[in-house]
Amino acid sequence: MAPITMIEGIRQAMFEEMDRDPAVVAIGEDIGVYGGAFKATEGLIAKFGRERVIETPISETAIVGAACGMGFLGLRPVAEMQFIDFIACCFNQVTNFVAKSHYLWGAPVPMVIRGPSGGGVHGGPFHSANPEMYFVHTPGLKVIYPSTPSDAKGLLKSAIRDNNPVLFFEHKFLYRRIKEEVPEGDHLVPIGKAVVRREGDDLTIISYAAMAHTAMEAAEQLAKEGIEAEVIDLRTLLPLDRETILTSVKKTNKLLIVHEDTRTGGIAGEIAAIVCEGAFEDLDGPITRVTALDTPVPYAPTLEERFLPNTEKVVAAARELSKY
Amino acid sequence: MSNPLTREQHLDLYYFMQLNRQLEERMVRLFRQNKIVGGLYSSLGQEAVSVGTCYALEKKDWIAPMIRNIGALLVKGVPPRDIFTQHMAKYTSPTQGKDGTSHFGDLKVRHIVSPISMLGDLIPVMTGVAMAGRYLGQKIVALTWIGDGGSSTGAFHEGLNLAAQQRAPFVLIVENNQWAYSTPVSRQVPIKNLADRAVAYGIRSWIVDGNDVIAVYNAAKEAVDECRAGRGPALIEVKTMRMRGHAQHDPAEYVPKKMFEYWKARDPIELYEKYLTENKIWDAKTKAEIDARIARELDVEQKFAEESPMPPPELAEEGVYCEGCHPIEASWQRPKAEVTPPGCSIEAGWELKDYGAFAEVEAIRKEITAPAVNAPAVNPGGNGAKVAKPIVKSGGKPQQKPPVRPVEPEAPEVPRVPFGRGPKDKSVREAQNPRDRHANQNPRDKRGRR
Repeated sequence: MAPITMIEGIRQAMFEEMDRDPAVVAIGEDIGVYGGAFKATEGLIAKFGRERVIETPISETAIVGAACGMGFLGLRPVAEMQFIDFIACCFNQVTNFVAKSHYLWGAPVPMVIRGPSGGGVHGGPFHSANPEMYFVHTPGLKVIYPSTPSDAKGLLKSAIRDNNPVLFFEHKFLYRRIKEEVPEGDHLVPIGKAVVRREGDDLTIISYAAMAHTAMEAAEQLAKEGIEAEVIDLRTLLPLDRETILTSVKKTNKLLIVHEDTRTGGIAGEIAAIVCEGAFEDLDGPITRVTALDTPVPYAPTLEERFLPNTEKVVAAARELSKY
Repeated sequence: MSNPLTREQHLDLYYFMQLNRQLEERMVRLFRQNKIVGGLYSSLGQEAVSVGTCYALEKKDWIAPMIRNIGALLVKGVPPRDIFTQHMAKYTSPTQGKDGTSHFGDLKVRHIVSPISMLGDLIPVMTGVAMAGRYLGQKIVALTWIGDGGSSTGAFHEGLNLAAQQRAPFVLIVENNQWAYSTPVSRQVPIKNLADRAVAYGIRSWIVDGNDVIAVYNAAKEAVDECRAGRGPALIEVKTMRMRGHAQHDPAEYVPKKMFEYWKARDPIELYEKYLTENKIWDAKTKAEIDARIARELDVEQKFAEESPMPPPELAEEGVYCEGCHPIEASWQRPKAEVTPPGCSIEAGWELKDYGAFAEVEAIRKEITAPAVNAPAVNPGGNGAKVAKPIVKSGGKPQQKPPVRPVEPEAPEVPRVPFGRGPKDKSVREAQNPRDRHANQNPRDKRGRR
C-alpha cells in the first residue's frame, strides 16, 4: 500500500466507517460541497449524499447538540469543528450535557467531535489552540490526539465505534507533512493505549501529537551524545495509559514530558503526579517539562517559535536531566 | 374551548393536571419535613401547559422537559414514584440518586431526554432527535419547552435556526410564565410576544392561552400534525403564570400582588373543572372518583419513595463510561439502502435561485432615484394597467410593495419594573406609558433620570 498523509488517513476512516454502517453520519460547517476547510471530508457528499453529510449553519452549539440528539436514536454522528478552537463556542453542550448523560441518566452518546488543532502554521491566536485539557478534565469524555497517519485512521475508526463521546484532535501541522504506510483492511487502533516509539535506558520522554515527532528528533540527537531516550507517544489523553508511563519510568528512572499545550494545567502536571504516586522511589532526577509558554498563541513567526517547544529545547532539557 | 376530544380524553386531561398538582402539593409537604434533598421547583398554575402539549403527542414521539414540566412526564407514563424518589435522591429513582428533581430520561421506552439546568441547550439536541427520526424513517415529532428566560440564550437561536434550516419535525413550546427567576418578561425582551421571533426563522407560530388546557392541546395538536406532515418546525407561545417563586426558597415578593390575584382567578384546573361541568362532560361523582383515585395512587407511590434506601456510596464511582451496558441500536423504519446514493440522488453542488436577491437592492435604488410617485415613470406594459410604482421581480414573484419597510419596534406593554426598585413601588403595580416611565417616580429618587 502506498504511503498516505494524515489527512488522507482521516478521510479514509470516514469513508470506510460510513460505508460499513449507515448509522454513521457527518455533520458540520462546509463539509459537503466544499469538502471541509482542510478537505478532510472531500468527496464524502458525492458518495454518501446530503442526508448523511449534513451541512449546517455556523452554529457549534447546534452541531454538537444535534449530533448528541442523533446519538440518542442510535446514530453515530461525526461532528467537525472547522478549527478545534471553535469548540469553546459549544463548551456547555460538550461538558455539561454530552459528557454527563451516561453517568447521570444512563444515556450513552456515541458521537465524535473532530477538528484541526495545534500551532506551528502561523494561524494566530484563534486558529492554533490546543484546548485538549479542558476536556481531559471532564469525566465522561474520551480524548484522542494522534501523531501519525496510521494512528489517526485507526483511532478515528475506533472512536466512531465507541459508545462514548470522543474528542478527536487532529494536529494541522501534521496533516500533510508526514506520510506513512497504513495497514490494509479494517485497521483499528485501541483507545487508551500509549505506544513506545523508541526504546532507551537513560530517560523517558513522554509526548503526543506534533511534539511526539519533536521528541523523536531530540532522541536521535541525544543518541549521538550517548544518551538513549525512550520515547512514549500517548495517543489517547483520556483515559490515560498509566501502565505504559509507569513501566517506562521504572526502567529509565528519569522523566521528561513535552507538550505543545501551555504549561500551567497541561497534562505534564497530571503525569508528574501519577509518577510521584506510582514510581516515586524509582526517580533519580526531577520530573522535567518542556511546554509552550503560558500565553495565547502569537501570530508572528518569531513570536510563535519562541512560544512553541522545539528540538533544541527538548535536547537541552534532556541533557540537564541526564546529569542526575 | 371546542374540540374533537372524547369524554375519556377530557377526563384524562383532568386526571393528569390534578395528578400533577396533588403530586407537587405532597412534595411541598415533604420539603417542609426535610425529606427533599435539594430544591423544589413548582409548576403550580402551569399544569395545563405540560399536560395539554404532551397529550397531543403519540407514544413514539420524543420530549425533553424542563424542570417544571412534571405534567408532561406523567402524560408520557412516568409513574409518580419516579418523581418522588428523584427529589428524595433515592437509590430506586431513575438516576439512582445521581441527579435530582425531574432530571432524568428514558431513551428506550418513553422517549424522554433528561433536562439540563443550562436552558436552551436541549433545543439543538431535540432538533437532532427530530433529524435522526426522519433519517430512520420513524415519522416521529420531537418536542421541547423553553421559558421566557431561556429564550434569551444563544442555544435557543442556534437550535431553532438549525431546526428551521433542516425543516425538522420539531415543536418548540415557549412557556411564557412571566418570570425568569425574579426578572419579568418585559425586562427579558423588548417585544410583546415571544412568538414573534418565529418570523425571523421562517417558521409557523401560535399564541395560546396557557391556562386553557383545551386551547393548549388544540394548538399543540395542530403543530404536531404539521410537523409530522413534513411542514416543521413550529413554535407555540403559551401565556401562563408561575404562581410560586423560582423554587421553594424564593417567596417571590417581587411579583406584584395584583398579578397573582389576576392569574389566581384564571387557575387552569378550576377553569377546566368549570368547563367540564358546564358542558356536562362529568358530574360531581366522576370528579370525586378521579380525585380519590389520585389520592390512592399517590399514597402508594409516596410510601414506596419514603421507604426506599439512599444509594450505596460506591455507586458514585460507577457509570462514567458506557462499557456496553447500554446497547446502541438504531431502529430503522425505512430501507437502509435509501439513505445512500444511488438509493437517493445527490447533486453535489449548490443551486442558488436569485444570486443573493440583488433584485431587492436594485428596487430600492430605483425607488430612491425615481421621480414623484404620481409621474408615470415606469410603464409596466400590459393593457393600460394603472400601476404607478415599479414592479420588481424578486425570487420570480412580482412585488407590489416596496421591498424594504422601516421596521419600528413595538413599545412593550406594562408592567414595567424600574431598575433597582422593589415590588413595594407603586409604579410596579400601575400601568403606565413605557415612554414616560419616570412619570410616577418618587421625586426623591434620582435614579434613571438625566
